[in-house]
Amino acid sequence: MINEILLSNNKAKGQRPYFFSDETVERVLTITMAVAGELAVTRERLDTLERLLQVKQVVTDDEIEYFIPTPEQAQKRQHWHADYIARILRIVQQELEAIQQPDENNRNMEEILEELGRS
Amino acid sequence: MNRTDEKAQAINLPPVYNHVEKHGAFPEISHDENARFNFLTNLNRHLATVVKPGNKVAFDKRIKPWFQARTGHDFHTPAEVKEAMQQDTYYQMSSALRRATLEMTQQASRSMVLRQIDSLADKASYYNDQRPETLTLNPDLEIPHYLKVVDYHCLPGGYYTEYIAGDVANAAAEDASFFVTTSGEFGELSDGSGKALVNWLTHNYPEFKPRRILDIGCGAGLNTLPLAIENPDAEVIGIDVSAPMLRYGHARAVSLGVENVRFIQANAETIPFDNDSFDWVQSTMFLHETSIRAINNIVREVYRVLASGGLMLHVEHAQNTAEMSLFDQFMRDWDTFNNNEPFYRVMHQMDKTEWMKSAGFQSDNLLQFGIPIVNNNHQLVGNGFQARQNVFGAWK
Repeated sequence: MINEILLSNNKAKGQRPYFFSDETVERVLTITMAVAGELAVTRERLDTLERLLQVKQVVTDDEIEYFIPTPEQAQKRQHWHADYIARILRIVQQELEAIQQPDENNRNMEEILEELGRS
Repeated sequence: MNRTDEKAQAINLPPVYNHVEKHGAFPEISHDENARFNFLTNLNRHLATVVKPGNKVAFDKRIKPWFQARTGHDFHTPAEVKEAMQQDTYYQMSSALRRATLEMTQQASRSMVLRQIDSLADKASYYNDQRPETLTLNPDLEIPHYLKVVDYHCLPGGYYTEYIAGDVANAAAEDASFFVTTSGEFGELSDGSGKALVNWLTHNYPEFKPRRILDIGCGAGLNTLPLAIENPDAEVIGIDVSAPMLRYGHARAVSLGVENVRFIQANAETIPFDNDSFDWVQSTMFLHETSIRAINNIVREVYRVLASGGLMLHVEHAQNTAEMSLFDQFMRDWDTFNNNEPFYRVMHQMDKTEWMKSAGFQSDNLLQFGIPIVNNNHQLVGNGFQARQNVFGAWK
C-alpha cells in the first residue's frame, strides 16, 4: 500500500525557486492559492447539487441541517479532510522534504544547466 | 464599438475538462478532480493572458527607467535584465503564482492517479495484454543521468519512477496535466504537434511516403500516434527510456485502435536498429530534456539509422536570434530556472546547424520552419488563437 496523500504532495527533485524576499510570505501565498482552488471546487460541487435539487425537489433544509453520516460516510469525510489539509499545506511538507533529503535533491538549476551543458 | 470594447468583451474561456476526449487508459476522474482541473486550466489561462504580459509593462514602465537612472546606461545582457527583474514586486508575484500553479497542477494530477494506482495499472495491462508483441520493455536499461538529476517540469518522481509493479501513475499524471498546463491548446488528446507535423509534410512534400518511422524520446506516444494514423502503411516505432510512459502509451494506442505502432524501451543515444533502416526519425519536445553529451550522441545515432534520402525532424525550441530583445531572452529562460527545465537555456543558445552538420548532414539539406498546432476542436481554444512550434531537421 502506498500513502497517496503524502506522495501526491511530494517535492520535485531540484531546488525550489523563491521569488519574494521573504520566503515565508510566498509560502502563505501558495497556501492561499491552494485554498482558492479548493473553494472553486466546492463551488462547482454545490452548483451540481443545487441543480440536481432543483430538478428533483427531494431535500429540505432541515434534512441537510440534521444529517448524520454513517460510520462509513464519516470515515470517508475524515479521509477527505486529511487529503485537503495535505493539499493546501503542500508547500510546508515540501520545505521539510527539502531539509530532509540529500543535497543532490536540491541542486539549483544554474548548477545543473552548467553540468548538462558540459557533459 | 471601438477596439477596446471588443477586446473587453472577448472572454477567452479555456475548455471544460468534463468534455475532453478520454482514451481507454485514462484515469477515472471524480467530480471534484474535474472541478480542480477546471479551476487550474482557468488559472493557467489567466496567468498566461493577464498576469504574464504584465511583466513587459513593468519592465518598460518601471524597471528600465530605474536601471538607467541607477547605472547611467541601458541593459547590455540578459543577466542584467534578470538581476533587475528579480527585484521587481510585479515579477516576483507573477513568478510565485506561476510556480505555485505548476505545482498545484502536478499535485492535482498525481492525487488523482495515485488514489487509483492499482486499477490504472490493471487497465493498462488489460490493453497491453491484447497486443503484447508490440510492447518491449527492458528492465535492465539504465535511466540516463540527465533524467535523474532533476524532476522535469516539477513532476515529482519524474517520468521513470515506479511505485508498484506495472506502474503507469506518473505517465497518466503527465497526460492529465499536459492538457491543464497548456489550457487545451494542443487538442483534446494533446497530440496537436504530431498532427501539425504530418499536415506540414503532406502539404510540402506530398511525394514523401515513409515506410519506417522512428519517434525518439516518445514518452507516452501522444505525438507518435498521428504519425502512424496518417501513414497507415508505415511501421511506426516509439522508443523511450521510461517503462511507465511506454506501458501507458502502448495501452493508449491499443485503446484508440492504432495498430501500426510499437513501443520499445531504449535509449536514443544507442538506438537498437541497423544502419539506414528508417525513412523518418522524429522527436517532439524531447531534446531540451537531455544534455550536451546526450544530444551529440543522439544526432550521430539518428544519422546512422536514417536511410539515404530519409528525414530527421525535431519539434524543439528555436535558438535565440540577434533580433530578440534582452527582455524576451530573459523571459524565455523562465522555465529553465523555475520549472525545472535546466537544459532549455542550452537549447536556446545552441547552434543547431552546426550540431546537425557535425553528424554528417549537409548544409543544403537542413530545414527550419514553424508549424501551427492542430487543435481538433476549435471550440477548445476560441478567438482564433493558435499555438505555434518551431521545427528543425535535415534530409540525409
